[in-house]
Amino acid sequence: MNFLFHMGRYALFVRRVFGKPVNHRIFFNQIAQEMEALGISSVGIVVIISFFMGAVITLQTAYNIEMPFIPKYTVGLAARDSILLEFSSTIVSLILAGKVGSHIASEIGTMRVTEQIDALDVMGINSAGFLVLPKVVALVVLNPFLVMISMGVGIFGGWIAGTSTGVVPSADYIYGIQYGFIPFYVIYSLIKAVVFAFLITTISGYWGYYASGGSLEVGRSSTKAVVVSSVQILLFNLLLTQLLLA
Amino acid sequence: MIEVMNLSKSFDGVPVLKDISATFKTGCTNLIIGQSGSGKTVLLKSLVGLHVPDEGQILYDSRNFTEMHRKEKKSIRQEIGMLFQGSALFDYLTVEENVRFPLDMFSGFSLEERRERANFCLKRVNLENANHLFPSEISGGMQKRVAIARAIALNPKYLFCDEPNSGLDPKTAIVIDELIQEITREYDMTTIINTHDMNSVFGIGEHIIFIAKGKKQWEGSNDEILSSENQELNDFIFASKFFRKIMSGEK
Ligand SMILES: Nc1ncnc2c1ncn2[C@@H]1O[C@H](COP(=O)(O)OP(=O)(O)OP(=O)(O)O)[C@@H](O)[C@H]1O
Ligand SMILES: [Mg+2]
Repeated sequence: MNFLFHMGRYALFVRRVFGKPVNHRIFFNQIAQEMEALGISSVGIVVIISFFMGAVITLQTAYNIEMPFIPKYTVGLAARDSILLEFSSTIVSLILAGKVGSHIASEIGTMRVTEQIDALDVMGINSAGFLVLPKVVALVVLNPFLVMISMGVGIFGGWIAGTSTGVVPSADYIYGIQYGFIPFYVIYSLIKAVVFAFLITTISGYWGYYASGGSLEVGRSSTKAVVVSSVQILLFNLLLTQLLLA
Repeated sequence: MIEVMNLSKSFDGVPVLKDISATFKTGCTNLIIGQSGSGKTVLLKSLVGLHVPDEGQILYDSRNFTEMHRKEKKSIRQEIGMLFQGSALFDYLTVEENVRFPLDMFSGFSLEERRERANFCLKRVNLENANHLFPSEISGGMQKRVAIARAIALNPKYLFCDEPNSGLDPKTAIVIDELIQEITREYDMTTIINTHDMNSVFGIGEHIIFIAKGKKQWEGSNDEILSSENQELNDFIFASKFFRKIMSGEK
């Protein structure tokens, strides 16, 4: 019952989010600002996480297939595929669900409880669209880039870890990451990045938009935003994997 | 002139407003008074369409707001200025940007003209040299004034104020009240003010509607209010012991 209520209200909310913006100049300014606030400011954390993720994947793969008849370059190949297929898009998006999701929900939730959203509505502005659409556009455009950065940094992290510990020689690793490369894996990940960005921004926007009461509720809705968007990312990850790779 | 006819509103089956009818006149300050929780904010928000009434009609100069389509409502909204209980300034914008916001959104003016208009409005509320501060950097009274400046930026025909002087000291409260009254007369607006402040009632209560328990109990002016026979109203006005003492001393 509760679930159906939120599903229905979320669907109506998303429809309002995609209403036509009143003023295009302001709309594009907002997108630029949101790209900065949501995307560019997340590059640091994406780089750090991806580096260590790539390093750990490489080491684990190497230790797990330490058998004489399996060539060393397999480590590079396996690390590459794990990073491209799964880790970069899903992990980066989960991190963003935490960082960006709570940011969006608390920002919009605060605007709700301080009547700033009412002020927009009274002026005849579609508040849902005005507040959330720039965020959706900004993250949908930038998330694929973040995921690509993550792929690059992750594979680099694997190389550093593999060569510095000596578990895989540099030449083998580099041969491995080029061996049997399937470009569609990258596209598949970027599609996921776009879908996840949409989920993060609209779901967090939804929970913030319908916050009510005081700052306690804003905090609660921001937690809710992170939990729900993370769960949806995992769910859609499963769905998209089945759809795109099966 | 704004007419309200048989307005009712409930939340989850709990009635908040019951069959309210009233007329708010142009060019004077109309007050809605009542206890905390009596439904003043709900009434004001229903008038501007932030709440959808369950029943009743709202007429803006004979234009039926309740039966309008979204587009028509939108055009009436540009004639509305509203001051919220907590000012509701956009906290990511500076004072000047806040006042300019409705102009940026809706007017076709150049940046220079929009700046000029914003500065004119800020000057009108006696707030200068604060243009580049953020709402968090100015006092509550200044925030109210910025909110008034923002509300009048587009030259509205209708001005709604939800407790414009709550949380202010008595002197600043009177300044704000008088400012709203001056502006109302100057631009011949239809102004509706929610308040439970007796200073405002006596100071600017040209036309007063008293609501209690979701119903309109009394209507009149500040000249008539002390001689009212309505028990609920008397309980409301004479709530303070001090005030009762003054009144009985006079008699
Ligand atoms: N969105 C809402 N959902 C449910 N109930 C509400 C909602 N808004 C207001 N109410 C209820 O309506 C009643 C009237 O509230 P309202 O805010 O209009 O009072 P008020 O007269 O403005 O009080 P105050 O002077 O304290 O601002 C309250 O009992 C409140 O609980
Ligand atoms: Mg109120």
